Amino acid sequence: MSTSWEVSARQLERLAYRRRRDRRRMTIALVSTVVVLVVAWLLITSAPGWERVRETYFDWDDAKAAFPDIARAFLTNIKAFLVAEVLILALALLVAVVRVVPSAWMAPLKVVATVYTDVFRGTPTLLVVLLVGFGIPALGLQGAPTSLFWLGVIALTLSYGAYVAEVIRAGILSVHPSQWASGRSLGLSYGKTLRHVVLPQALRRVTPPLLNDFVSLQKDTALLSVIGLVEALRQAQIFSSRDFVFTPYVVAAAFFIVATIPLARFTDWLSLRAARRQSGAA
Amino acid sequence: MSALLEARGVRKTYGDHDVLKGVDLSVDTHHVVCLIGASGSGKSTLLRCLNLLEVVDDGEIWFDGAEITDPRVDVDDVRRDIGTVFQAFNLFPHMSVLDNVTLGPRKVRGARRGDAEERATALLTRFGLADQARKHPDALSGGQQQRVAIVRALAMEPKVLLLDEVTSALDPMLVGGVLEAVRELKAEGMTIVMATHEMQFAREVADEVLFLESGVVCERGTAEQVFTDPSDPRTREFLARHLA
Ligand SMILES: Nc1ncnc2c1ncn2[C@@H]1O[C@H](COP(=O)(O)OP(=O)(O)OP(=O)(O)O)[C@@H](O)[C@H]1O
Ligand SMILES: [Mg+2]
Repeated sequence: MSTSWEVSARQLERLAYRRRRDRRRMTIALVSTVVVLVVAWLLITSAPGWERVRETYFDWDDAKAAFPDIARAFLTNIKAFLVAEVLILALALLVAVVRVVPSAWMAPLKVVATVYTDVFRGTPTLLVVLLVGFGIPALGLQGAPTSLFWLGVIALTLSYGAYVAEVIRAGILSVHPSQWASGRSLGLSYGKTLRHVVLPQALRRVTPPLLNDFVSLQKDTALLSVIGLVEALRQAQIFSSRDFVFTPYVVAAAFFIVATIPLARFTDWLSLRAARRQSGAA
Repeated sequence: MSALLEARGVRKTYGDHDVLKGVDLSVDTHHVVCLIGASGSGKSTLLRCLNLLEVVDDGEIWFDGAEITDPRVDVDDVRRDIGTVFQAFNLFPHMSVLDNVTLGPRKVRGARRGDAEERATALLTRFGLADQARKHPDALSGGQQQRVAIVRALAMEPKVLLLDEVTSALDPMLVGGVLEAVRELKAEGMTIVMATHEMQFAREVADEVLFLESGVVCERGTAEQVFTDPSDPRTREFLARHLA
């Protein structure tokens, strides 16, 4: 850091103090973390059942054997997540806007949107997956999807779309009425005020909760195993029931954990950027 | 010459609270009309009725030769010719100052971005805001934000400007710059209706002053008449308190 003035002795002293304090805090954090981990490790490994647990859940050879197939299957989770995410956002935005807009010719659509959110927010996602996964093929409709992947994506979209629609709607309603007044006063129509003034603010506001929902969506792609889609959990199940071991489940869990980390960091980055924007450093 | 903007017997009620009880108002082109009155007397409500943000409960409003309280009127068409600046600025926080100013011209008037930005920059420069164009509103002082709000309204080239207590949310230090901007607009011939608590300023710029009390205009006349020789006792009392 270079300054345009000669830094005073007092300021140097302050900086030195802050450095010392930060080092002390780091040390405390490090030591306490290590102590907690060691104690936890000792407690777990001294438990009477630990040897059995280690063999069934944490067997290195089993893990190595299962890894490639589970990795391949996990790509299906990622794909389902990415496709569903886009569809969910589109559906949710549509539903939220339909529910907010006060327009007479929208009345029938509003009823549909309201019933949709009520029904799908109230139904467990697992049930939606089962109903869509087995129900739609059973209908035998011409042109209805039969691929397990797409049936799964449709189920997740329907279920999460209802949640996300409500989050977006809450965001729209949270924008202060004076912003509406301001937009309309410029001569912007209702739709243009919604699009250029209100929605951008609403979406920014709900981004953190939405990302949280998407972390949850990423995990819920495992629900698609119940209709027989071979994704990570299903693949782990296949290994497990063949070899009577549980280590493959732990491997699958590790994939899910690792996949959510980028999303978490992305959320942090977004909030940081928003904070910087707010403070005006554009 | 007939008035550019005219209110006839305008009434507005919230629940059982009569906020405006038959207000008449007439604004000629190039004139400045000041609304004064105690807090809660209905000044903001009247302005919100004039740009159709509120639906009147009785009476008529005429603008540019047409009755705009006719329910068949396209409110967006009317509003593009009526600039409004609010007490709390109400800038769009997610956009830069420049985008705030160009949004109306681009999305309502259909101006091209380049043209709109060129004119916006010229306006911002005139009001001493050239350096702020790329910033977001939150990074500006209150006085700067209020001047941006005025520029945003002006960018639509309105026929009349409604100003609602544009200085009352500002530090005393910042009031001067905003009043200077209004003074300049008057000199240019802008038609203005402004609610204000700045009595000295009203006295200086107003062609007509209306004193509102509980939703009734109890005094109207030139600034000279209202401030030096008020006829209504309520006006006298109000002025005694506010000119002290
Ligand atoms: N949306 C509303 N719902 C109910 N009452 C309202 C509403 N808006 C205004 N009022 C009431 O109408 C009256 C007049 O309000 P208005 O904002 O017009 O006053 P004002 O003269 O602008 O006051 P100030 O000088 O404080 O801005 C107040 O008593 C207020 O409480
Ligand atoms: Mg007011």
